Amino acid sequence: VTAAWLTIAVLFFATAAFKSAGPIALGGRELSGAAAGVIRLVAPALLAALVVYETLTGDTGGVEPDARLAGLAVAAVGVLRRLPLIATVALAAAAAAAAHALA
Amino acid sequence: MESSTGKIPARRESSRIRDGIRVALPLAIPTLLLGVAFGVLAKPVMGSLPPVVMSVLVFSGAAQFAALSILAAGGAALSAIAAGLLMNSRWLAMGFAVGPSLPGGRLARAARGQAIVDASFALSSRGDGSFDPGLLVGATVPQVMSWIAGTVVGVLAGSSIGDPEAIGLNAVFPAFYLALLAGELERHEAGRQRRLARLGAVGGAAITISLMPLAPTGVPVIAAAAVALIGLRQP
Repeated sequence: VTAAWLTIAVLFFATAAFKSAGPIALGGRELSGAAAGVIRLVAPALLAALVVYETLTGDTGGVEPDARLAGLAVAAVGVLRRLPLIATVALAAAAAAAAHALA
Repeated sequence: MESSTGKIPARRESSRIRDGIRVALPLAIPTLLLGVAFGVLAKPVMGSLPPVVMSVLVFSGAAQFAALSILAAGGAALSAIAAGLLMNSRWLAMGFAVGPSLPGGRLARAARGQAIVDASFALSSRGDGSFDPGLLVGATVPQVMSWIAGTVVGVLAGSSIGDPEAIGLNAVFPAFYLALLAGELERHEAGRQRRLARLGAVGGAAITISLMPLAPTGVPVIAAAAVALIGLRQP
């Protein structure tokens, strides 16, 4: 439990520092063309990275493909069909639950 | 649309915050369920109070699950901290992306930067490299509330919810990020800009999947941000 409190305290301060560094260093600026070109791509790159990471990551790192892949496939259909987000997420969870039960 | 610099009238700003709350409302239920899963899994490892305090102070699903999985496996606090930090390092990259769009003095900008999480970052992105500061703050509100509420419910309900995988909770994050990615790509101007954004997404996914078998938790995600440098090439 002491380990838990230490983890919480350090993560709290470090996360706050991560989030403030950019805003403190670069507030209220007009962007040059090159800077805007780079910043524009940060969201697509990181979101795609998170999709892959959250689908495949194992309990202690590495790659562990499992029922989440079925959930992601169903989520892709939901996104293409332009279903509301909540429906997409619910269908993905249902698909992963079904795949987990079958596996 | 207000420029990324200069003062934004207070009334306008507050209405953007309300807009942010509205667009992020659909995230409330999935976030609540993930919070429940975190509370259920964290209680046997940390006890009752620490998981709730962690959700209030750290407010990061990915980092909290990463740190928890290490503590649950009997790992040292240092390893759990490192995993959480590496996971949250993506917010450093997001902060540098959002920074230029934030108005006000340093303290005000640092405070507003605390609203950066994956969903608020994605939802406030205008697709042209700038971000809507009001949406950024508003979009975080439903998520904070449901993440904390979910954690409390999970801690109180304990294992009565059962195995989170049995109800597919582990597919919620992937589906959620995929939907945010699709929305993000649509905001990029059709034509060259959208092709570049798609290329950035494919490149980010490729870097992540190739690093996952080798690099520690979190590194494959932050490394993907490097793909954004392809945006340096001007037409």
